[in-house]
Amino acid sequence: MATTTVQPVERENYLNKEYGIGSWLLTTDHKRIALLYLISITFFFFIGGFFALLIRLELLTPAGDLVQADTYNKLFTQHGQVMVFFFLIPSIPAVLGNFLVPMMIGAKDLAFPKINLLSWYLYIIGGLMMVHCMLTGGVDTGWTFYVPFSTAFSNTKVIEAGLAIFVAGFSSILTGLNFIVTIHRMRAPGMTWSRLPLFIWAHYATSIIQILGTPVIAITLVLVVAERALHLGIFDPKLGGDPLLFQHLFWFYSHPAVYIMILPSMGVVTEIIACFSRKRIFGYSFVAFSSMAIAVFGFLVWAHHMFVAGISVYAALVFSLLSYAVAVPSAVKVFNWTATLYKGSIHYDAPMLYAFGFLGLFTIGGLTGLFLSALGIDMHVHDTYFVIAHFHYIMVGGALMGYLGGMHFWWPKISGRLYPEGWARLAALIVFIGFNLTFFPQFILGYLGMPRRYYQYPQEFQVLNVLSTAGATVLGVGYLLPMIYFLWSMRYGKPAPDNPWNAAGLEWKTPSPPTTFNFEEEPVVTWEAYNYEELDAPHKQEVPVAR
Amino acid sequence: MHDSSVAVHGETHNPALLHHFATEEQQKDASNLGMWIFLGTEVMFFGGLFCAYLIYRGWYFGDFGAASKSINATLGATNTAVLICSSLTVVLAIYAAQTARRGLLLLMLALTMLFGCAFLGIKGVEYKDKFEEHHVPGASFSFDHVPIPGHPDQYANPRHAEIFFALYFIMTGLHALHMIIGLGIFAWLFWMAWKGRFTPEYHTPLEIGGLYWHFVDIVWIYLFPLLYLIDRHP
Repeated sequence: MATTTVQPVERENYLNKEYGIGSWLLTTDHKRIALLYLISITFFFFIGGFFALLIRLELLTPAGDLVQADTYNKLFTQHGQVMVFFFLIPSIPAVLGNFLVPMMIGAKDLAFPKINLLSWYLYIIGGLMMVHCMLTGGVDTGWTFYVPFSTAFSNTKVIEAGLAIFVAGFSSILTGLNFIVTIHRMRAPGMTWSRLPLFIWAHYATSIIQILGTPVIAITLVLVVAERALHLGIFDPKLGGDPLLFQHLFWFYSHPAVYIMILPSMGVVTEIIACFSRKRIFGYSFVAFSSMAIAVFGFLVWAHHMFVAGISVYAALVFSLLSYAVAVPSAVKVFNWTATLYKGSIHYDAPMLYAFGFLGLFTIGGLTGLFLSALGIDMHVHDTYFVIAHFHYIMVGGALMGYLGGMHFWWPKISGRLYPEGWARLAALIVFIGFNLTFFPQFILGYLGMPRRYYQYPQEFQVLNVLSTAGATVLGVGYLLPMIYFLWSMRYGKPAPDNPWNAAGLEWKTPSPPTTFNFEEEPVVTWEAYNYEELDAPHKQEVPVAR
Repeated sequence: MHDSSVAVHGETHNPALLHHFATEEQQKDASNLGMWIFLGTEVMFFGGLFCAYLIYRGWYFGDFGAASKSINATLGATNTAVLICSSLTVVLAIYAAQTARRGLLLLMLALTMLFGCAFLGIKGVEYKDKFEEHHVPGASFSFDHVPIPGHPDQYANPRHAEIFFALYFIMTGLHALHMIIGLGIFAWLFWMAWKGRFTPEYHTPLEIGGLYWHFVDIVWIYLFPLLYLIDRHP
């Protein structure tokens, strides 16, 4: 992938410093590791997308005619597992976070560069196990591995899939650990906690969830694998075990995991909104602490996935209430972003379009989450397409829009090239339209009672399903476009200036692309974050660039 | 000729100072914090198991008592003593590094590894006993006609006892795995100490390895009463 060629007068940077496959596979440079992650997660994104395509094709007609029921079970299982564990969770932290966290705080690298590389290798080992599992038969338990089906009944490759996710989980833990230590110990002089970009606060909160939540799913998968391999009875009710215990342990990680996906995206959107409305973010400390509040509250709401699983009504009541509580910090963020836009000098560049998309889609996803945390409504729509639509609005409409927005925003820094702005705006529009066309009908389908995970459905649901499949096709085009023009721009794009957006933030004071150690001299920070009013003051043409 | 610059940038001559850290202090702080956070993840990792254990202990109170009574508490107590001694030798090893006593340092590291191996050996004997008694969960498991402590007229439910033994083997097995990793770390520390890498100024790897070792000991301190001692009254 080292296709960085011909800049007329090329400065030495992290891309052209060394060539050859060894210089990439053994690198400890956080920026190169970010690119390794970028390539790997893009690969898994398209695998997961391929499964999604087959699912939507099957659901084009009411009859189960394209694939058999067993195959369909594997399709939605592996779509979920690949997208959650091998794309969404590593997406922003491992790519943009890896690239940007050291630069934003003025450090030369993450605190533990070798552990950073190790985390990529763990991810790859887990990923290869997953690919092997899929090629040799796959798994059909749903991404949730619910017992006792997964441990006693399923005749697919549950053990291998479980171990693959176990290994990939340690990659996630090590990334989180690295970020926390880096943010605590590696900040440049003057980079106080209250001057940190909110992207950093978001990643700090994410990392806390990664290090406290991921070990629990790891041990849960160990128990599932042990129970299946050795026929233990820890979760199997026939042998005296408790399947609800599995669900508690599973969701103790897997609900906060949603915040692993969405918090970094919120961080990205905060940076973009401040830059493209040329204002300091409204209520900096509220946005920062709402990230932390989401991380904390996120750990206390897991049982809202189990309202119909037979937990006590009092527990359900408490978890319902706590689930409402977690909406408060999320709403604080949305209001603060909106207030930042107010009287801002708004520029409609592609990253901002994605940020606008995020704002709308995340709000819909969040509000429908409140429907689901209401006990009575959840009885009606539990395990229907309403749930599917809700979490896709968060994970795709929220997390993925933020990821794409961030990729556009920082692409000049990452690649040293400008992407074609017109195409990018078109792609953002296509993604937004395609996304809504795919998933909004699913809210209605779910409300009307179409259950999830079925490969056929009654005739009267067909119109909405056809709309959804048509939307998925549009969405697919929207995802292919950026990949094409990003690759195109690496060779043919205009060379990027160091700070194409005239953005605040230390990462823009490095060359594009940055040198291996990011800064020639350790930067000293004397200004507040998002000092756009200062930057845009008439006597200042451009931000002085640290060389 | 560079007297003054050596005085100012003396620390840059330390080969152990990595390029991306400004000072040794920063590097040491980062390493320590990293290990503490890692131990936090370990707490959560074992926490899931402890949670499962406590739930079933509540559900199958008597059955767990009966199953626990079948484990050899003397071996468990010996192992507890062995681990506590190994924690002491770890601390003494760090003390030896701080006071630049290479011989003492090597001795203490060797003793730590010796205690670690002794622990695993005793654990192996325990596993062998369980295997011979058919207390390993699986097809050959049997736990028939074992009275519940305090209720001589009632027999423990073998299914529920099997859950106890499943948790016993998973918890002690994972703990033993951590011990083996710890032995690997200490073999490396021994090698570094042999080469004379540790000085009173720089012995961060010892402290970090020590933190890990102490943590593994502490896990055992919780495992021992929960698995061995829950129903020992006569």
